[in-house]
Amino acid sequence: MSKKTLIVIGNGMVGHHFLEQFVASPAAEDFRVVVFGEEKQLAYDRVHLSEYFSGSSHADLAMGTADWYTENRIELRLNEAVTRIDREGRKVTTDRGDYAYDELVLATGSYPFVPPIEGREHPHCFVYRTLEDLDAIRASARDGKSGVVIGGGLLGLEAANALKSLGLQAHVVEFAPRLMPVQLDAEGGSLLRHKIEELGVQVHTDKATTAIVEGQDARLRMNFSDDSHLDTDLIVFSAGIRPQDTLARACGLEIGERGGIVIDDHCTTSDRHIHAIGECALWDQRIFGLVAPGYTMARTLSSVLNNDEEAVFTGADMSTKLKLLGVDVGAIGDAHGQAPGARSIRFNDEQAGHYRRMVISEDGKRLLGAILVGDNSHYDTLLQYALNEITLPGNPETLILPESQGGAPALGPDALPETASICSCHNVTKGDICGAIDAGCSDLASVKVETKASTGCGGCSALLKNVVDSELEKRGVEVSKDICEHFPYSRQDLFHLVKVNGIRTFRTLISQYGKGHGCDICKPTVASILATCWNEHILTTDHVPLQDTNDTFMANMQKNGTYSIVPRVPGGEITPDKLIVLGEVAREYDLYTKITGGQRVDLFGATLSQLPEIWEKLIAAGFETGHAYGKSLRTVKSCVGNTWCRYGVQDSVGMAIFLENRYKGLRAPHKIKMAVSGCTRECAEAQSKDIGVIATENGWNLYVCGNGGMRPRHADLFATDLSDDGLIRTIDRVLMLYVRTADRLQRTSVWMENLEGGLDYLKEVVLEDSLGMGAELEAHMADIVSTYQCEWKTAVEDPEKRKRFREFVNEPEKKDPVQQWTVERDQRRPVLESA
Amino acid sequence: MKAPTRWDAVCTVDDLVPESGIAVWTEDGPVAVFYLPHRLPALFAISHHDPISGANVLARGITGDLKGEPVVASPLYKQHFSLRTGRCLEDESVQVKRYPVLLDGGRVRLEVPCEQRQTSAA
Ligand SMILES: Cc1cc2nc3c(=O)[nH]c(=O)nc-3n(C[C@H](O)[C@H](O)[C@H](O)COP(=O)(O)OP(=O)(O)OC[C@H]3O[C@@H](n4cnc5c(N)ncnc54)[C@H](O)[C@@H]3O)c2cc1C
Repeated sequence: MSKKTLIVIGNGMVGHHFLEQFVASPAAEDFRVVVFGEEKQLAYDRVHLSEYFSGSSHADLAMGTADWYTENRIELRLNEAVTRIDREGRKVTTDRGDYAYDELVLATGSYPFVPPIEGREHPHCFVYRTLEDLDAIRASARDGKSGVVIGGGLLGLEAANALKSLGLQAHVVEFAPRLMPVQLDAEGGSLLRHKIEELGVQVHTDKATTAIVEGQDARLRMNFSDDSHLDTDLIVFSAGIRPQDTLARACGLEIGERGGIVIDDHCTTSDRHIHAIGECALWDQRIFGLVAPGYTMARTLSSVLNNDEEAVFTGADMSTKLKLLGVDVGAIGDAHGQAPGARSIRFNDEQAGHYRRMVISEDGKRLLGAILVGDNSHYDTLLQYALNEITLPGNPETLILPESQGGAPALGPDALPETASICSCHNVTKGDICGAIDAGCSDLASVKVETKASTGCGGCSALLKNVVDSELEKRGVEVSKDICEHFPYSRQDLFHLVKVNGIRTFRTLISQYGKGHGCDICKPTVASILATCWNEHILTTDHVPLQDTNDTFMANMQKNGTYSIVPRVPGGEITPDKLIVLGEVAREYDLYTKITGGQRVDLFGATLSQLPEIWEKLIAAGFETGHAYGKSLRTVKSCVGNTWCRYGVQDSVGMAIFLENRYKGLRAPHKIKMAVSGCTRECAEAQSKDIGVIATENGWNLYVCGNGGMRPRHADLFATDLSDDGLIRTIDRVLMLYVRTADRLQRTSVWMENLEGGLDYLKEVVLEDSLGMGAELEAHMADIVSTYQCEWKTAVEDPEKRKRFREFVNEPEKKDPVQQWTVERDQRRPVLESA
Repeated sequence: MKAPTRWDAVCTVDDLVPESGIAVWTEDGPVAVFYLPHRLPALFAISHHDPISGANVLARGITGDLKGEPVVASPLYKQHFSLRTGRCLEDESVQVKRYPVLLDGGRVRLEVPCEQRQTSAA
């Protein structure tokens, strides 16, 4: 039987999610899939669109890759809009031809509504929806001073923040008497306004724009109905969205009164071969302008196309929790108390800038809705009460009071019913999590992999961890964090014990807090902790036996028992003279020589007893140890920067050298890699490093917790346009926090993913100093920096330490007979006779 | 009948590193000598040859104990070898030679097999 054709119109977030579901389902076998996208780019994460202004590229935001489409045999036709649907002939038309379908999916999203104001066609008027829109806004902002957003809703405030980040004086003009009129009440709106004005955005409410004309002090002038006016260089319309239903209208599908393609519970339109999902679809007279309900529709439709009759879309919760210009805002359910008999309880702390309102049912038993401004910490608990219709306590006000005033602690995971939705992005319930645990998942990480919970927006991570921990505990699983049989503590606990009790040796620690004699797990861990806390030379008698061989002999052991040597070459910058020394030493000892990925030179094949002699020569030429053997800073890779490169905007090499010299020798739970790029072309690949720095016109963007290697992870943008000082202070704090709190052998990427609260939490602690420990972290780093010593220099100068480098202590001249050599491509390499 | 052996002096106490190992060359090949001052006895000797990697490296591993058994972890692939028996804890079929070792005044002596019956002159 020949395959049927499934056509998807629209390659946005929901269309892409649908494809992911569909290609993994059995029905994929029966269909050839063709996708049309009007935009030039592959589907991208519109929710995080604004990050495009803070350094993210399309590739960062992309939902998938072209390869993924090829691998799954999806024919992707980008930059090709469908202009007509012929329902009778079951085909669609684009400017390149006609395409027949058996099943058609409309995932055309929505478009920004631009109110019919005279002058709105002016070239400096924009909307805020696509990457192209943002490119245009950026270009216009370049020679402007001020910008206005028309519309003070959720998207409008986000757009205002974007204008601000482009260096413009930002204004928000809202028709209603308050900001976010849909979600907030008067008190919430005025508190939000106050906070936003504090951040330098000017808010104008109760303003109806009548015309846009040529400006006097700026490019444009907005005239308002109250006869006032405002001059501005550009305008962004953010006055709501409308479902993109043009095609559907033209071919006679049923359309809602106020727009939207009508769908039933199976996400099918009035034509049973045409389906609609996402923001273009109207279900039960409602449009869902959020991504999670769109994803739910996508999953439902995929099941429907697999003939699953039970698959139905039953609506979705529209509660939202976000940070707008750094201000927490949350709205849950019936926030305005529109249900008959609904009553409200309000808590308003003008001093702290916190506003909370609960809407409760007439009988006082159910939470119907809530509004939060200034502090979202109560959001999760309130949402669970509302969604799961949990009976409120007798004194419901305790749910929104601060704990100091008798507020109740957060709702325990036990109180949640099995049906409670934990992750709305991937539709995971508490029951699904229990199921995964019963099927063998025994920790948070495996539950995440199994259920995908908390891998979308990540907003539920804290809740998820609570549920998993509590369920594991119920099943009698000890959530063990012990590092090994000798210490009933995690690395973080041990760090604390060492620091607080001033413990300086492994012996003291194990006799006071552990048992037995230690092992190859706890000894190096403790060595690293001691090094961070007290920064003593790693070859002092007490520390030698704690180290891995690579740390002990300060070189990397290779498979035949010889070592490789990597001198530090900060930032990859090296003089010809030093390069010659490396060559001469390598030639003298017949060392195999290779350039590393970290922009330095690796010399292989030195025997244990040759190490000190070789280092004597290297040190004399000005080299220092490169710590290639340590769980510590490796290299800071850099591109050549603005000293040579015509695109460079900052001196990336200078910064890389500075960073490398600052953090060299810092002992950490695992190795640390960094890079500095001199412009957004990113030639140093900073976004695959633990710490990545990318130059901007105004300073430096900092990326954190990336990884290359076995488990690649793109680094997250952490802070933008930092000054030199700001950059260093931020890196100090991030690194010190990592060193103090990560588990053994945990790279920064995994550490951050496992931090409760994830990236946001890390930002709060580091950028906003929410724990008040910023100064202490910086002081600790300063101390480590000031006590740095080159370990090899100290070692070669001390005869006692050199004694360790005898291959056979009783036969100094003896050559290890298993080390046999051959020559390949003009260099020596080992031949190993296996035993 | 027991094969002929002799007690060779291989190094002095000063050559030892507490809680760690050193390597010596004997007529029987390379031997790793470990000094664990907090145990009784404090001296252990096993072959320096790591049968899993084929390299002579065991003296450079980290020492410790697992469930009370004194062990060294191979620095290359991290298997643990018992310092008392030479047995590999991860793989029962793998075993390295162990050597009786004692302290004679300031000297460390190993009992190694020998062809001719004679006493060491060291
Ligand atoms: C700045 C911003 C911030 C947001 N923040 C959040 C948030 O915090 N939380 C949240 O839940 N939601 C947020 N949203 C909303 C979220 O992005 C949308 O809900 C989601 O993108 C809807 O997905 P969709 O696939 O239905 O539509 P879209 O992502 O808009 O995709 C529709 C695609 O179809 C294409 N198309 C349309 N017509 C045709 C045609 N005739 N032929 C071919 N292609 C066509 C369009 O070009 C578009 O690429 C935000 C949106 C924006 C703009």
